[in-house]
Amino acid sequence: MSRVRAPGLVRGGVFFVIGVLFAAGLVILIRELYGYSTFDGGLTTKAQNAILFTSLFAAPMFFLVGLGAFDYWFYYFSGRPTRPEDHSGHGAYSWRDYFRVNTDHKVIGIQYVVTSFFFMLVGGMLAMVVRAELAAPGMQFVDSNTYNGLFSVHASLMIFLFIIPVFAGLANFVLPLMIGAPDMAFPRLNALSYWLLPIAGLMMMASFLAPGGSFATGWTAYSPLSTDVPIGQLFFTIGVQFAGASSIATALNFLVTIVTMRAPGMSFWRMPLLVWANFSTSLLVVIATPFIAASQFFVLFDYALHFNFFNASRFGDVLMYQHVFWFYSHPAVYIMMLPGFGIISEVIAVKARKPIFGYRMMAFSLLAIVLLGFTVWAHHMFVSGMQSWIRIPMMVTTAIIAVPTGIKIFSWLATLWRGVIHLDTPMLFALGFLTMFTLGGISGVMLAMVPLTIHVSDTYFIVAHIHYVLYGGSLFTIYAGVYYWFPKMTGRMYDERLGKLHFWMTFIFFNLTFAPMHLIGVQGMPRRVADYPEQFAGWNLFISLSSFVLGLATLVFVYNIVTSWRGGARAPANPWRGLTLEWQVSSPPPVFNFDRVPTVVGGPYEYGVPGAQHGIFQPPAVARERQPAGGAPAERETET
Amino acid sequence: MSAEEPASAREGRAQVRRMLLIGVIVSAIGIAVALAIDWFPTQASVQGEKIDTLWDVLLIASVPIFVLVETVVVYSAIKFRMRPGEELKDGPPIHGNTRLEIIWTAIPAMLLVGLCTYAYVTLTDIEKAPAAQSLPVRVVGEQFTWTFFYKGQDGKDVSSHQLYVPENTPIDFTVESKDVIHDFWVPAFRVKIDAVPGIDTHLRVTTKGAPGAYPVVCAELCGLGHSTMRQTAHVVSKADFDAQLRKLASGAAPAGGGGGGGGATTDAKALFTSDAPPTPCKSCHTLADAGATGTVGPNLDEVVPKLTEADIRSSIQTPNAKITPGYQANIMPDFGQSLSKEQIDALVKYLKEVAGK
Repeated sequence: MSRVRAPGLVRGGVFFVIGVLFAAGLVILIRELYGYSTFDGGLTTKAQNAILFTSLFAAPMFFLVGLGAFDYWFYYFSGRPTRPEDHSGHGAYSWRDYFRVNTDHKVIGIQYVVTSFFFMLVGGMLAMVVRAELAAPGMQFVDSNTYNGLFSVHASLMIFLFIIPVFAGLANFVLPLMIGAPDMAFPRLNALSYWLLPIAGLMMMASFLAPGGSFATGWTAYSPLSTDVPIGQLFFTIGVQFAGASSIATALNFLVTIVTMRAPGMSFWRMPLLVWANFSTSLLVVIATPFIAASQFFVLFDYALHFNFFNASRFGDVLMYQHVFWFYSHPAVYIMMLPGFGIISEVIAVKARKPIFGYRMMAFSLLAIVLLGFTVWAHHMFVSGMQSWIRIPMMVTTAIIAVPTGIKIFSWLATLWRGVIHLDTPMLFALGFLTMFTLGGISGVMLAMVPLTIHVSDTYFIVAHIHYVLYGGSLFTIYAGVYYWFPKMTGRMYDERLGKLHFWMTFIFFNLTFAPMHLIGVQGMPRRVADYPEQFAGWNLFISLSSFVLGLATLVFVYNIVTSWRGGARAPANPWRGLTLEWQVSSPPPVFNFDRVPTVVGGPYEYGVPGAQHGIFQPPAVARERQPAGGAPAERETET
Repeated sequence: MSAEEPASAREGRAQVRRMLLIGVIVSAIGIAVALAIDWFPTQASVQGEKIDTLWDVLLIASVPIFVLVETVVVYSAIKFRMRPGEELKDGPPIHGNTRLEIIWTAIPAMLLVGLCTYAYVTLTDIEKAPAAQSLPVRVVGEQFTWTFFYKGQDGKDVSSHQLYVPENTPIDFTVESKDVIHDFWVPAFRVKIDAVPGIDTHLRVTTKGAPGAYPVVCAELCGLGHSTMRQTAHVVSKADFDAQLRKLASGAAPAGGGGGGGGATTDAKALFTSDAPPTPCKSCHTLADAGATGTVGPNLDEVVPKLTEADIRSSIQTPNAKITPGYQANIMPDFGQSLSKEQIDALVKYLKEVAGK
């Protein structure tokens, strides 16, 4: 009984059931009051749908209350004694501590990363089924509804439950360490942000169990298709609200942490580029994410309450959905890319043993991408039937966004030049990212050109482009980041040979899978089709077979991580000889990160500068500021 | 450090020259290969020529950029790789080079502005109103079929489920949708536009002298039967086009598509499986006798034996009147409008005979 009353998963489960009952009671009560039919032997279909819909909101909220995510604030509101400096929920001493509301940013970081990789594996499995179905023309394994559901859930999980949160997870772990902070600014909010995530993911997965099947309108959920399909659609509509709330809260947390909690001496121009990248990303998230929440609320109101926002026969405006949706979902592409840019900057500087080339331009180009990212959304709508003049400014801004991106690529190349390159797994993934992301960027510039897009939009060319950007781009940076910080996060070293095997398998079969898609797209194969003409059969079989090996490559990664975590060699504090602050503490770091507050005395990437230091563990009064970023090396600092 | 600086600078320049040479050679090969690939399907419109040329220009501009990045990465990975004994060595502390940074900001910017200008000119070219009178065609999308409307000689609307267009003629498509968003795409014409409920969208195509049959594809996810929403565009001579319009106007909707119908009695099995429009039954339904394995709609071998002839007829003419449990309304079009009475009679008879057997 005490386990049921104490905050935790058990109480969360009990509250979850109470939430469903609450929703059912509320719906039945209201329907009876209004005189709608509720019972016909059992519950009527409409009543069932209404209860399901209400439960999608109520049950997760009840679960969070049961879990204890709101306990502190409830205590505060009700006037019961609270301790602002309450660290009882901090740190992990056994595996159980990962399954409760934990306020330690390092625990939350690992919770985030592991959870999002779980959803990545699920999303990957769905992709495997999609490729199995597409291996030959005609229908083999699944019916059309299931097929449409498979690619919709695949994309939604990969975007909302993998790439976006895994970056938040990695940053959650390393960002406070990098800026010399003991934790994030709002640890309890941080814990809440994490726990919203599995809710969103499980909801999207559970949509396959909904009557009428899962949501099947793509991750774009274009109205009016999305307002005229079975109830499974709402699992997306509402799931996105939870994932979005999680992103927004985390982004606010990052912004406040970065602005207010930097160690003494850590000026903005001494911040590692990963911190800059997450600062920029968080700006994007805070400004843009409310728009997707709005777009899905519109759909929800149309679907459940017949508001007719998008019903053309009732003066609704169909194109408005796309404008609101893409006003988030284009910046979302940068939300999924900028943190990766940060990771690559860390990895390349350390592994090439050189300062980042053009540090300030690297930071400015991030901000330029943030700004320009808001001016290009309608390039997703070149053939949507919107006002045709909008296409021209959107074409120009879209092309121009390649300039700051190009600056980054060229600066990384210049950083490699004449370095001492340690070609181990994180670096291989960083170099793989450089080449594959360039290809994705080039097809992106091609797609900016309106006349070409008129032919290739909604084809496999788009599928190829998005996977070069998000797989060859984002996922490669995620792999680089996970391998790079694995010793810091777990205190163990990963297996280098398996890591290299993972890289080469992924790199080769990624290309074999996605490169031919450019060709079949231009030749006329539309995307999101379960069946296709005979002429594309050969390439599709080839793509499917390659994709299966690509899937196997992922298992090599999982095996490496699991076995290394359990029994890998103990990691030293600073295996890569990095200068940034997270490498100056033990692996894994102590519960409150720094036993002594560090003072930052120089730039983060002063490799090759004799005697350069980034941070020292001395009070600011002792440390004199000596090395401006990008400046000449100063006299030697002896104390460490 | 300072003593060996000139030597290393000289070596650096030599390395850059060597890489430049490799880059130029690989780019040339890359461009040749990229242009040699047969990217596009058959081209049947004037717009297609311009878009295909734009594609070639983009390839020529892209390959050197990709090769540049690739060359530096591979060259660095080989040349500057850590050798044994260099475990603790660092690279030279180069923090930046303003001139270089200006160059790689300015050159891509100019290249992109150039490409945008060219794309803008192309766009105006392919969308400008032609000098000659263009042929208006109204395209109506619904789940999951297209209907094409023409003005007949007597001013009345003539409809067809196959797209017929005369060669060497500018055509002005007005596209609309009855239900959700579709996308009217003829890959051979290289152009597409969404069919959006509530608004009319427009598309200009000038056909070339390339008679033939080309696929019409729905490119925007429109529901369960999206992948079956494929029809045919026939580019025919002007004389054939006029004859076809007359034929359509006289109400003799051809069952067998461009090849013309069969004999006096309709072959229901052929109708069931024929790829000629309207959308064939087989793309959504399963029927063992016809070798059909569609899964969008109910399995006819299971449901038809339980139905009366009147039920079957109504399910073809107005499917929404009664929906099989577990399936959605508004998926199957009303075939009462697109099939003749004889064709429906034949289908009902045929289904009654073979379903479930």
